[in-house]
Amino acid sequence: MNETIEKRSMGLKASRTLSNTIIYIILIVMSVIWLFPFICIVLQSFRIESTWNVNYVVPKQWGWDNYKALWTSDFKTWYLNTFIIALIVAVIQTVIVLCMSYTLSRFRFKLRNGLMRFMLILGMFPGMLTMIILYRVLKDLGMTQSNAVPGLILVYIASSGMGYYVSKGFFDTIPKSLDEAARVDGATRAQVLNKIILPLAKPIVIYTILTAFMGPWGDFVFARYVSFGTSSGMNVAVGMWNWLTPDMINQRYTMFCAGGVIVAIPVAILFMCLQKYYVEGVTGGAVKG
Amino acid sequence: MKRYSDLEFLKLSKGQKFTYKLVSFFASIPRAIGRFFLGIWNFIKKLGTTIGGEFADIYTTFKNGDWKTRSSFLVMGLGSIARGQVLRGLLFLLFEAVFIFYMITTGGYWISMLPSLGKVGPHEEYNEILDSYTTVYGDNSFKILLYGVLTIFFIAAFIYTWRLNVKQNKIAQEYEKAGRKLKSGADDLRSLVDEQFYKTLLALPLLGILIFTVMPIVFMILVAFTNYDGTHDGFNNALFSWAGWANFKTMLSWEGGGNVYSATFGEVLTWTLIWAFFATFTNYFLGMFVAMMINKKGIRLKKAWRTILVLTIAIPQFISLLYVSKMFAKNGIINGLLLNWGWIDQAIDFWGSTAHNALLPRVMVIVINIWIGIPYLMLIATGILMNIPADLYESSRIDGANAWQQYTKITLPYMLFITGPYLLTSFTSNMNNFNVIFLLTGGNPINAAASSAAGSVGYTDLLITWLFKITTGAGAQYYMASVIGILVFVVVAVISLVVYNVLPSIKNEEDFQ
Repeated sequence: MNETIEKRSMGLKASRTLSNTIIYIILIVMSVIWLFPFICIVLQSFRIESTWNVNYVVPKQWGWDNYKALWTSDFKTWYLNTFIIALIVAVIQTVIVLCMSYTLSRFRFKLRNGLMRFMLILGMFPGMLTMIILYRVLKDLGMTQSNAVPGLILVYIASSGMGYYVSKGFFDTIPKSLDEAARVDGATRAQVLNKIILPLAKPIVIYTILTAFMGPWGDFVFARYVSFGTSSGMNVAVGMWNWLTPDMINQRYTMFCAGGVIVAIPVAILFMCLQKYYVEGVTGGAVKG
Repeated sequence: MKRYSDLEFLKLSKGQKFTYKLVSFFASIPRAIGRFFLGIWNFIKKLGTTIGGEFADIYTTFKNGDWKTRSSFLVMGLGSIARGQVLRGLLFLLFEAVFIFYMITTGGYWISMLPSLGKVGPHEEYNEILDSYTTVYGDNSFKILLYGVLTIFFIAAFIYTWRLNVKQNKIAQEYEKAGRKLKSGADDLRSLVDEQFYKTLLALPLLGILIFTVMPIVFMILVAFTNYDGTHDGFNNALFSWAGWANFKTMLSWEGGGNVYSATFGEVLTWTLIWAFFATFTNYFLGMFVAMMINKKGIRLKKAWRTILVLTIAIPQFISLLYVSKMFAKNGIINGLLLNWGWIDQAIDFWGSTAHNALLPRVMVIVINIWIGIPYLMLIATGILMNIPADLYESSRIDGANAWQQYTKITLPYMLFITGPYLLTSFTSNMNNFNVIFLLTGGNPINAAASSAAGSVGYTDLLITWLFKITTGAGAQYYMASVIGILVFVVVAVISLVVYNVLPSIKNEEDFQ
């Protein structure tokens, strides 16, 4: 009797070890696949024997040449442009999104449901559709080409109220009784927001800032429209995309890698530091729909 | 279709249950669509009675009004000022003055030109000083359409404000009669940070949405009914004008010259739906699977595995996707390594520059999208899986359930129920996933059969990338881009409506508070 129990538990143990081993193997393979492109890009950025797309991973000659070349190219301008855009957008977009989501979560006014439904419908139109006209409007305002930065900032923040879903979901989870208690004590609505809700909403504020900051680094389509071939108005995505067009790629391939590393490092570090808040936001957003 | 009661349903065999569910799902689609149109009809009916009510109210307000109220019908805010609500009154008055000034100076012109979109185009005119013919520019169709739309918005805002002004007077008059005190300007301001704080908070965001989202969308919908393109840009080369439904006919008709467009549209739409389906569900299930593996008891370094995967979120997509697309190029690293190791004899054309090889690039974008998408789903699934009560698994194991049964009976239903709405939004956003397609393949390989349709469509093009291609270059057919945009909206809206109506987890949002 005892023997069979022992045997069974041993069998269980063995099968658990086996399944864990399989999982470890899968995870290791996945990690290799996930890391491989990033390792390649770092290694290639130090390759100096040729600037072409080559068929081996480890460079034959190492050096900082590509990074030095970046320094003398327009990359500096693009980087600064993108950084300024990201910084300003992160601040203003966060304020707008928080206003919007807090209001829709806490106030019950006449047009509330209609407004939310209306924005849901608006969201079903492809955003790309509006680019043509926004471009023409910005052009009339003189905010294209070398002045693209203010134009891009304006467009990014103007529609940011549409992305209120995730933080509204978060505000919905803060008990309303907190507000009511403060209101009974004589606080105005504005005081409730400043003194009670905002301190509690720190995770979602950080999530909103993080996503707002990361967005402009990746925007490519509209930025390309607005800068329209003028190097001084480009962001990193547009400028570096040009480096990989067929007539440039053979001279700029390794520079693209170096530029990619320079762009990715600060964004990735920031993301990794604030990962906890990002996870909270993403999960909450998916659960609340 | 026969409907079963709960008890009858339980008696069915597994296969019958499945077919029953499937059939009832499809049977409910017409009902959902019917409900949708019924909703529209009810909305119109309600709108009719509301408008009728408004007019009746305006009439009685005028009939019963004193001189303060009646004068406000013509000069907005007069009544408020006379009653001591100076701030309100002045704002009304100011708005009316601005409106009248605008309409007389410019607004009237835009509205009057709207039906024709401009009469005088750019033309050659004899210039006496230069003694030669020079180009003289006339009307600007683009501006006429743009400012025409804005002026209509403005008129609507004026009508709304006028109605508000009438209503205010009615209320104020009643207050006066009852001897109650009216709100002062200071009261109004105070209420903006208190009772009506929502107006303060929403003012700026909604203004931005109105100008930079609503107005452009209205404009682009109208463009679909014009012939605005690269050769009719409305000012520099030629005016554009209204074209009615002609563009929609070109895009959708199955006969005549429009054939290429409708065939191409069908093809691109099919691929868009296939792509969205695979992109959504491969990520969903594989992401869930990865999350379960990492969460499993006894697996160490949980945080490290997650951090490695999350790298694809942290690094801007234009770097990772562009780099990956070059890795798989014919002379890229992947082909190079495979050749060096002797696994293949000649480079594989992953991105299929030739037309007969459309399947491989399509599979490639889906596979690489898994690389991008799994980490998101892993994060989401991790959060949700941790919320499933552990005793559910505990008791099911005592009852003798194996891992697979636990998955299909506990984990999956729970996940699907919670993330139903998320699946829907991720499906529709995948339909519009511009970045992955454009940065990886740029829509290539080119579809030779569709070459006479604008925008050089490729086999991996989604509707959204096709739309983008049409709007670039000198021959940009903006009107066709608008038509595609509207059709994308229709497809997304229909899918969302149908799915929302059959989804089990449409929840009452108040439940969470």
